[in-house]
Amino acid sequence: MRQPRFSRSAADNGHSFIGLRELNRQRAYEAAERAARESYGKLLAYLAARSGDIDAAQDALADAFASALERWPHDGVPRIPEAWLLVAARHRLFDCRRRDVRSERLHASLVAAARDAQAEFERSGQIEDDRLAFMFACTASGIAPEMRAPLMLQLVLGLDAARIASAFLVAPATMGQRLVRAKRKIAAAGISQRSGTLAEPPGSLDAVLAAIYAAFAAGWDDPAGIDPRISGLAVEALWLGRLVTDMVPDDPEALGLLALMLHADARRAARRGPAGVFVPLAAQDPARWDGAQIDEAESLLRRAARARRPGRFQLEAAIQSAHAECRFRREPAWDAIVALYDLLYALAGSPVVALNRAVAVGRLRGAPAGLAALEAIGGGAALQTYQPYWAARADLLARAGQTGAARAAYARAVGLCIDPAVRGYLLERLDGLPEDSARAPAAGLDPPTALPERRTGSP
Amino acid sequence: MEFLFQLYNDETRWDRMTPEVSRHEIGAYLAYTEALREAGVYVGGNPLQATSTATTVRVKADGTSSVLDGPYADTKEQLGGYYLVDVPDREAALAWAARCPCASHGSVEVRPIMAIPSLV
Repeated sequence: MRQPRFSRSAADNGHSFIGLRELNRQRAYEAAERAARESYGKLLAYLAARSGDIDAAQDALADAFASALERWPHDGVPRIPEAWLLVAARHRLFDCRRRDVRSERLHASLVAAARDAQAEFERSGQIEDDRLAFMFACTASGIAPEMRAPLMLQLVLGLDAARIASAFLVAPATMGQRLVRAKRKIAAAGISQRSGTLAEPPGSLDAVLAAIYAAFAAGWDDPAGIDPRISGLAVEALWLGRLVTDMVPDDPEALGLLALMLHADARRAARRGPAGVFVPLAAQDPARWDGAQIDEAESLLRRAARARRPGRFQLEAAIQSAHAECRFRREPAWDAIVALYDLLYALAGSPVVALNRAVAVGRLRGAPAGLAALEAIGGGAALQTYQPYWAARADLLARAGQTGAARAAYARAVGLCIDPAVRGYLLERLDGLPEDSARAPAAGLDPPTALPERRTGSP
Repeated sequence: MEFLFQLYNDETRWDRMTPEVSRHEIGAYLAYTEALREAGVYVGGNPLQATSTATTVRVKADGTSSVLDGPYADTKEQLGGYYLVDVPDREAALAWAARCPCASHGSVEVRPIMAIPSLV
C-alpha cells in the first residue's frame, strides 16, 4: 500500500521560499490526505467492529485507500469520502473468496457490515463513528503498552508498518509481526460496537492518552526536558489528540494532552536556526513561536482547569505554558515551574520528571542547588544512557565552574545523541568551555574521563 | 547478543571538511565510543583506511586466483569502519546504531552475529 508522508507546513521547511502554486498543490494534497485518513479510520472501525475481522477489513480497504491518496489531491475530495472508499472497497470484497469455513464466515460478516454501511450512507449520508471504541480496543490490557501507539496509528490513521517502525526505531519486519499479533488479540477480545463512553473499563481513556503521548514523543531527544525534538509523528499525534477531544470534549486530561502537544509543536520552527543549527529553548526567539497555536493551547488548558481535576498532562501543559510566558517577559517564572514539577513528581514520579525538576531548580536557586537535586535522583541505569540527563548535568556543572566534570558530561551527551543538530550544539558547548586549570573532579561526581586519551575504535 | 554495525559513508567527505568540522566529527566518534564503553556494550570497533588501499582476492573453481586493486564493490558509500556491540536484543542494537554519528551522515547497517557452536 502506497502511503506518502504527511507534507509538513511551510514553517517546517525552514527559510526556503515556496511558490504559490506549490503551496496550493501542497494544501490540496494535505486536505485530500486528511479526508482520506479520516474516512479510512471511520470506515475501518465500523467494518472491523461489526465483522470482527480487522485484517480482512484492512485488506478490503487497502487498495481503495491507496487510490484515494492518489486521486483526491487532483480530483478533489468527494462529497462523502467514506462512501467513495466503501464503494471501491466493496468491489474488492466481492472479488476475494475465503478458503476455510471460519474465514468464509468472517468474510460474510464483513460483506454484511459493508452493506450496512452503504445503507447508513444512503439513509443519513454518514456512518456511526466508532473510532473512539477502536482506540479503546487498542489499549486493551492484553496489548503490550509499547504496541498501543503503533496500533492506533495504523488502525485509526492508516499509517503503514514501515513508517511506524522508523519512528519507533524498530525493524519494519518486527513491527509488522507485532502489529499482526496485536490485531489478533483485539479481534479475539472483540471490539465494543458502542462508542467509548458506555461500559468502558476504568482507566482506559488514560491508556489512550498515554499511547497518543507515546506517538508524539517517539524518537524524541529532550535536551532541556521541556523542548523535545518534534518527532516524525507529531502531526499524527496531534490529530489523534484532536479526535479524542472531539469525542470526549470535557475530559480535562484529554484537553491537557492536546494543550501540551500544541505548546511543544508551536516551537517547532524556532528550534532550528539558519543552516539547521539547534536552538535551545532559552535562546529561541519567541517571535518565531506559533502564537495562534499557543493561544489555542492556553484556552484548552483553561477549559481543562474548570473541571478541577488536575492530572499529569494538565501539569505538563502548565509547565509548557509557563515557558510560553516568555512571549511577554524575559525569564519564565522558575518558582512556578519548580512548584509544578513538584506536583508532577508527586503524581507521576519518574526519574525524567526529577531530572527536569533539577534543571528548573538550577535556574531558580543556582547551579549548585540544581546539581544537588540531580545527585538526589541517584542516576538509575535508565538515566545513564539518557542523553538529556548528561546534557543537563553538563550544563549545571559548567555553570557551577566544574569545567573538567562538565567536559566529561558533555562528551557523554554527545556520545548518546541521535539528532545531528543537537550533537553539533553540544560539541559547540564543549568547545566553549574555558580551559580547566584545576582538573579536580568535584566531590561525589564521576571522575572526568579525558577524551583524547581513549583513542580506540572510533571510525 | 552480538551485533556488527557496519558504517557506510562517502569517504571523500572527510577531505572536504574544514579542520574545525573534522575535529568535531572525530570528537563525536570518540564520544560515541566512550558512551558504548560506559554502557558496557562495547566489544570492539575500528575505522578502516580508505578503499583506495583495498585489495580484493578471489580464487576460482579451477584454482586460478585473481587479485584486484580496489574494493569489492564500487558504491557511492563505502564501508568506513565498524563496531561490534553486545546488547540484550535487536531493539537495543538499533537504539545504539541511531546514536552513531555515521547514522546522520551515511548509514549504519546492523547485522546480528551468527553464533557458531564450539567445535572443540
